[in-house]
Amino acid sequence: MNFELELKRGNFLLSECNHCKKIVWPPSEFCNQCLGKNSWRKCSNMGKILEFSKKENIYFCVAEIENSIKIIGEIVSGIPKIDQPIKIIDCGIVDNNYFFKIRVLD
Amino acid sequence: MPKVAIVGHGQTKFSKEDLKIESILLHATKNLFDSTSNLSQKDIDAVLVSTNNNSKYLSAVLSEMAGIQPKISHSIESLCNSGTNAIVAAYSYIVSGLAEVVLISGAERYDSPGQILEWDNLRGEFKHPIFWASIFSKSYKRKYSLSDEDLALVSVKNHKQSIHNPNAISQKAVSIKDVLNSKKLTDDLRLLDCSRPCTGGSSILLASENICSTFTDTPIWITGIGQKTTSASFTKNPSFDNMESTIQAAKSAFQMSKQKPSNVDVMEIHDAFSVCEPMALDSMGFSKQGGGIELVKEVYLTENSKINPRGGLIGSGHPLGATGIAQTIEITQQLHSQAGKRQVDHAKVGLVHNMSAAATSSTVLVLEK
Repeated sequence: MNFELELKRGNFLLSECNHCKKIVWPPSEFCNQCLGKNSWRKCSNMGKILEFSKKENIYFCVAEIENSIKIIGEIVSGIPKIDQPIKIIDCGIVDNNYFFKIRVLD
Repeated sequence: MPKVAIVGHGQTKFSKEDLKIESILLHATKNLFDSTSNLSQKDIDAVLVSTNNNSKYLSAVLSEMAGIQPKISHSIESLCNSGTNAIVAAYSYIVSGLAEVVLISGAERYDSPGQILEWDNLRGEFKHPIFWASIFSKSYKRKYSLSDEDLALVSVKNHKQSIHNPNAISQKAVSIKDVLNSKKLTDDLRLLDCSRPCTGGSSILLASENICSTFTDTPIWITGIGQKTTSASFTKNPSFDNMESTIQAAKSAFQMSKQKPSNVDVMEIHDAFSVCEPMALDSMGFSKQGGGIELVKEVYLTENSKINPRGGLIGSGHPLGATGIAQTIEITQQLHSQAGKRQVDHAKVGLVHNMSAAATSSTVLVLEK
């Protein structure tokens, strides 16, 4: 399974080590702990806000996903607060850049 | 272990000029030759070029243009701390015995491709450095109850100090109000909180203890080196309110030099953005966690220029591959008591802090008379 091909289709996958059972991030074919082979699985897209700021009218945040990995995404719905639950509602690749659109959950 | 000394240096003015990278390297190197006694091309065993420029084979190109035929010649790239990485490589060549005299030349153009780490897709659409700097600023302010005004003092201090640095891109003082009223890039960052990419070159000459007296009676010794790379991705920083790689690099450098923060008389800190200066001061043990800005206030109010005397990256400009070398030259000039109006009295021990890509990698050097 190709991570970027799936991301372009709006599917956010995680690489998980077959041996350590650890999420390996950034996405990779091999585990960065044991260098064993990884498998791909669909991400729950659920997480929480660790930090945020705002450029013009757009909030962006560092979100921790599945209590493990951290990404930066645009908040498209809701006002952010630290530790607030979020969901990635869209993702993809534009101009070689990944993007993650995030909804703040109540 | 043999000792390694800094025995010569040369710089160009940092500017927005549209110059060829080869020309910048050559100018900085010519200035080094002009100011170093008894130096001949034949003395140089290795030529290392520090840059993020995409031109190839630059070390051989510089060697040819400067009439040097070195045993060892190659480029070194590590984004913003390329310069000190090149110094560490030169140090290692000398200590290993592979070289006795090494020329290091760092250069960058204002349009350097090293400003954005394209690989770091975990930043999503927010790859420009202003976004990690905004996250650092927000997090540091939140944790230590600081304001934008508090952080703006770093820019005020460093702009003031760069007025006395003839090579600095900025020769203008700014006020706290100027910083706060400058263009708002994000809720947590103003334009004057940022260092500027620019064109510039810096060259430095390292020599072994055996041969350094050929070039100078006053060698400056590299007594401590610490380096640490914790990741490449910004979001893998364990915290956004301190710098883990800097903590570890400083610990190693102090251990190697048998020095401690209280012994350091003058320091160059990698203030890519205002928040970086207090964070680095905290991370290296010059202040308690969150106390960095109080230290900045203290030195500013007492007109002590011991922190970033040449104006830091914010005042001097930030030509990536040249920055770490320019920082090291500044500390060398300070220890020689040749820093003019920037001079810190009785400086005997100096420190250089140079980092890359949102503090995912840091280098700390300790220099002594």
